[in-house]
Amino acid sequence: MSATAVGSPPRVKLPRWAVPAAAAVAFAVGYVVFRGVGTLPHDDEAGTFVALTDAREWVDDNKNANPVFLYFINYIRLFIDGLFQTFETVLHALGWPGLLGVMGGIGWLAGGWRIALLGVAGFASFGVLGVWEHSVDTLALVATAVLLSLLAGLPLGVWVGRSPRLRRAITPVLDYMQIMPTFAYLAPMVLFFQIGAPAGVAATIIYAIPPAIRITALAIEQVSPTAVEASASLGATRWQTLFKVRLPLARSTMTLAINQTIMMALSMVVIANLIAAPGLGSDIIKGLSRENVGIMLPAGLAIVVMAVVLDRTTMAAARQRAHAGLSLLKLAVAAGIAAVGVGLAYALPPEFPSALELQMGGPVNEAVRWAERTWYPVTDALKEFTTRLLLNPLDGVLTTAPWWLIAAAVLAFAFWAAGVRPALTALGCLLAIALLGLWEHSMQTLTMVFVAVTVTLAIGLLLGIAAARSPRFSAVQRPLLDAAQTMPSFVYLLPALALFGATRFTAIFASVIYAVPPVVRLVEEGLRGVPPTVVEAALSAGSTPGQLLRKVQLPMARKSILLAVNQGIVMTLAMVVLGAMVGGGALGYDVVSGFSQRTDFGMGFAAGIAIVLLGIMLDRITQGADRRPSPQKRKPI
Amino acid sequence: MGLAPESAAIEVKGLWKIFGSAAEKVLNSEDKHLEAAPLREKTGCTAAVRDVSFTVRPGEVFVVMGLSGSGKSTLVRCLTRLIEPSAGEISIGGEDIGKASPTRLREIRRHRVSMVFQHFGLLPHRRVIDNVAYGLEVQGATKAARHERAREILSLVGLDGHGDAYPDQLSGGMQQRVGLARALAVDPEVMLFDEPFSALDPLIRRDMQAEVIRLHREVGKTMVFITHDLSEALKLGERIAIMRSGSIVQLGTPEDLVGAPADDYVADFVRDVPRSHVLTLRWIARPPEPGEALDGPALPAATVVKDAIEVSSGSGHPIRVMDGDELVGVVDRVDMLSFLAGHETPAVRAGA
Amino acid sequence: MKIRLLAGLLTLGLAVAGCGGAKVEDKPSSAAAPSGSQSAAPASGGGTVKIAINPWVGYEASANVVAYLLKKELGYTVELPEIKEQLAWEGFETGDVDVIIENWGHPDLKKQYIDEKKVAQTAGSTGNKGVIGWYIPKWMVDKYPGITDYKNLNKYADLFKTSESGDKGQLLFGDPSYVSNEDALIKNLKLNLKVVTGGSEAALIKGAQQAQEQKKPLLFYFWDPHWLFSKTELARVNLPPYADGCDADPKKVACDYAEMDLDKIVSTKFATSGGKAFDLVKNFTWTNEDQNAVADDMTNNGMSGEDAAKKWVEANTAKWQAWIPK
Repeated sequence: MSATAVGSPPRVKLPRWAVPAAAAVAFAVGYVVFRGVGTLPHDDEAGTFVALTDAREWVDDNKNANPVFLYFINYIRLFIDGLFQTFETVLHALGWPGLLGVMGGIGWLAGGWRIALLGVAGFASFGVLGVWEHSVDTLALVATAVLLSLLAGLPLGVWVGRSPRLRRAITPVLDYMQIMPTFAYLAPMVLFFQIGAPAGVAATIIYAIPPAIRITALAIEQVSPTAVEASASLGATRWQTLFKVRLPLARSTMTLAINQTIMMALSMVVIANLIAAPGLGSDIIKGLSRENVGIMLPAGLAIVVMAVVLDRTTMAAARQRAHAGLSLLKLAVAAGIAAVGVGLAYALPPEFPSALELQMGGPVNEAVRWAERTWYPVTDALKEFTTRLLLNPLDGVLTTAPWWLIAAAVLAFAFWAAGVRPALTALGCLLAIALLGLWEHSMQTLTMVFVAVTVTLAIGLLLGIAAARSPRFSAVQRPLLDAAQTMPSFVYLLPALALFGATRFTAIFASVIYAVPPVVRLVEEGLRGVPPTVVEAALSAGSTPGQLLRKVQLPMARKSILLAVNQGIVMTLAMVVLGAMVGGGALGYDVVSGFSQRTDFGMGFAAGIAIVLLGIMLDRITQGADRRPSPQKRKPI
Repeated sequence: MGLAPESAAIEVKGLWKIFGSAAEKVLNSEDKHLEAAPLREKTGCTAAVRDVSFTVRPGEVFVVMGLSGSGKSTLVRCLTRLIEPSAGEISIGGEDIGKASPTRLREIRRHRVSMVFQHFGLLPHRRVIDNVAYGLEVQGATKAARHERAREILSLVGLDGHGDAYPDQLSGGMQQRVGLARALAVDPEVMLFDEPFSALDPLIRRDMQAEVIRLHREVGKTMVFITHDLSEALKLGERIAIMRSGSIVQLGTPEDLVGAPADDYVADFVRDVPRSHVLTLRWIARPPEPGEALDGPALPAATVVKDAIEVSSGSGHPIRVMDGDELVGVVDRVDMLSFLAGHETPAVRAGA
Repeated sequence: MKIRLLAGLLTLGLAVAGCGGAKVEDKPSSAAAPSGSQSAAPASGGGTVKIAINPWVGYEASANVVAYLLKKELGYTVELPEIKEQLAWEGFETGDVDVIIENWGHPDLKKQYIDEKKVAQTAGSTGNKGVIGWYIPKWMVDKYPGITDYKNLNKYADLFKTSESGDKGQLLFGDPSYVSNEDALIKNLKLNLKVVTGGSEAALIKGAQQAQEQKKPLLFYFWDPHWLFSKTELARVNLPPYADGCDADPKKVACDYAEMDLDKIVSTKFATSGGKAFDLVKNFTWTNEDQNAVADDMTNNGMSGEDAAKKWVEANTAKWQAWIPK
């Protein structure tokens, strides 16, 4: 509308607002005129689904006959299974005192008595929470996945760090692996490896290996070129330089790679329980399927504790000074601690003493019931309000608008925000989704993502700005953000379910609390990254704090904020999909359904692909916006 | 080392280094003579070293001086092919470096040429002694042997008792001593220094320059020294090559540079150098005028001008400038004063 | 060079190791797992039995009682992995599951895994009769005449509308893995309803209880045997009656669910080498009341599965004594 109003002063500002506004009007008009025409309603029996289900049946019938399975895939499965069972057996055989001792020893090596104590206390809490057995299973899964990830990832990372060509080839692959929502990995794994631990480990490896490769490559690249040159100038061979210079100098950064790999593996391993891998995740799934927070909470806490212990231990190892090597004394102390534990394992009963177990199921469920009763009016109003005022109308628009209108809108928006290539990629993704037969469900998922992202960004910006302006607020908030970012995504479903029961809103709520921390952090960092001299200059010119924020800090933090948007969207998508476990519906539900009903396998598989496509689309658009020059610098069109 | 005394320690002929994917093509065309900016515009390539030739005598300290981006660091790296030259010949101790196989090249780097770096390039995860012993370690020396040698060298560079420290526990100057020790430990014929002291404080830099002079005296290695600091160049260099945009614009003794800059660029460079500290009497001596008294004090031609001032002012007669027994010329008070006042002496060119 | 060498070695290794190839049911050599997570030990005492847990409490009640007896009377270790109905059948093949203690029909899976792959077999009835249906709270029957006839559902569809179902009536469904003809029924009977998945049995129970207590309309998927029937008054909606074969084609179903004899399925490996554990599973049979009692304890009396099983076992010695193999 404003497009026609402007025009008197010959200012270049005109096109910047007119074009999007006109596009919006065109979309609105298009929607009103073509509403209900050219929709792509969901059909459980779509050809693609049937074909995929048939493919799975074929695999199922032939996996004992087809040579690819007989001589290759089944061996991988056996190998992973063997490794997992070895870990499982050893860890269980250590008994709880043995495992505590070993953890204490490792903690001591990594960061002295504090970390040792944290490790022992943390692992002991698994027993106290009454989930010792499942914790050990989870640990075995993590160990298997991390070991294999590192065995493949570290050498590959070193190679990538040394070869720019390989780096160029592998970077987009890693990008996609990282924006792929966890849920999408599961179906193909089941197809190849059947249900159980091996499929879980394989899915986890795919999820956990990118940071191992990426950070190792970075570590190798960052090695002081002078040190490398000095080594070469003294006639060291490439391997000598690699082992004597590059690897030792990259060590602490590479420990970070291990840390990230472990954290990723831990959050994925829990989800892998959906395909019958053993461990803590099964307690959570059990709790979810009974809406019983009392069952979930101990497992959830154990996962968080495990994450914190493993994170702090590896971070402590990473922080060690470059030359604080392993002295014999240190090793001896560590071995001593471990030996005490293992020795005790013989003396003490193998099962964690039940006297020490905390029976929390009852009281927790009481508390949840109380909260439900007391807060019901508030939570229900919140849920109804969001659902009726935001979700349903948007859902209605997206599912009743003609598909080509939406595709055109996305194309136009992506072009405006990010440029030609992202726009074409986005369009390609949408068309592929349509071809997969998942248009309607994708639009529904998109609706949830929109709502969740909007709320996430609003909260994230607010908290980020507050933190950037008040050091005290930032100091209070920081440990909370740290804790939140160590927690595996699955855990976020818990409080959401406890408060809201199983609905779409629950999934959105969970995604918001999952995605807010990184957004807050990026916004805060962006604002703090504004050079102090610029701020001083603005202040000396007499800016109010509000002017400073709007005219100086926010525009200069643009890159960080756009990155926050990107992260927020990618994380929200992953979580909204996972929210199918708590009533999220749409694509995520199709995936769950695919595991639950054989006849829906194809739909679930296709939904996994659609989720990836949505992820790529959203990522490219927001990343493209990040790479674009800021509007101030853009030449008038 | 079995070298014929007259053979050069290092000989470089027509060395080129062009960065960029079209390097080969540029080298074979006339484009290579373009200036830096047009060259990059036309071909996307950068010529870091352009047709450089020089020889370094055994035991000489040869300084390459230039501003950043002049190609000096590339040049020194080309000598042992840390950077692969695009064209030209390099021989060290009579051996053609360009033709050396990777294995042979490694041998040369291990035993014959070593290098000291601007940012030290020490390995933070190793103790000082293991840093010094690194070169011996990659050669495959036993631990006992290399540690013994490393300890010797550490005491030579004045780091006795610091062997068990880690590099980050030492000051910058001490770290560079470690770098120096590491290069010395393999007992090379040639040492290359790539701006080794530019990251150090001025006072420490002066100590280190003195250290290099002392070491040169004690161990007598051939040294190629890269710097962007003229006073450092003048202080250390027996001969100095001044580089600009990849080419050597002048090569000569400090006196040559200060006394007879080859072009405005070099002249600009040496303008602030106190000429009386660098130039010798040879530069200002003039033929005696008829009837001039030739009974003044005699000084060797290589005496730096400032050292002759006192003699000159203490005597009423012109100084006789002698090369051995031969009279090169005379310098009287007026000559001295007008030189100090910065006037060109007509005799200068004649004396060259 | 090196890569090619590696690849070569790998191929060679695979070829040597894999003269016959690896079958899915192969397990890693037992050396890797000395404690034996192998299916089951041949004799009594020791050995592990894996009973899949499907997500409804009646199933859990049966599984817990059997698990309790296996542990306390026969000295087995019992694992109760949380695996949904259809995935559990795959577990027979991979070795992740030995027993499904309460199977609801699944003729297609029986054909595939029992008849074709021969990795599973039935182990007799549980004694429970099961039937799935659509239910409403009792108060609705009194207030809305004829609502229990499916033909009138469209008339009352507006009552069931929620924010999740939009402009159609909501049919609340449970866990995505449950046996379901709902979509086909709605389509074939031309009902103005939309399936909304609550995600769990608990969602159904909570919904039903609230609906009866607060007089809120609700139409939901449910099944018998269930303890809920003894606590909350519910009425079943009459769909077109079941006739043999009317559910043969899942897409064309237009009839109610059949009443089923719930049965036990075990892996063939367990059946042949499960020893006394297998005998106990085979002998296990009880009534709907037995199951409801245990399930009620688990859901409403705050008991863990093991405690509830213990209580039942202590009170019903005569019944379970008959299951213990001699």
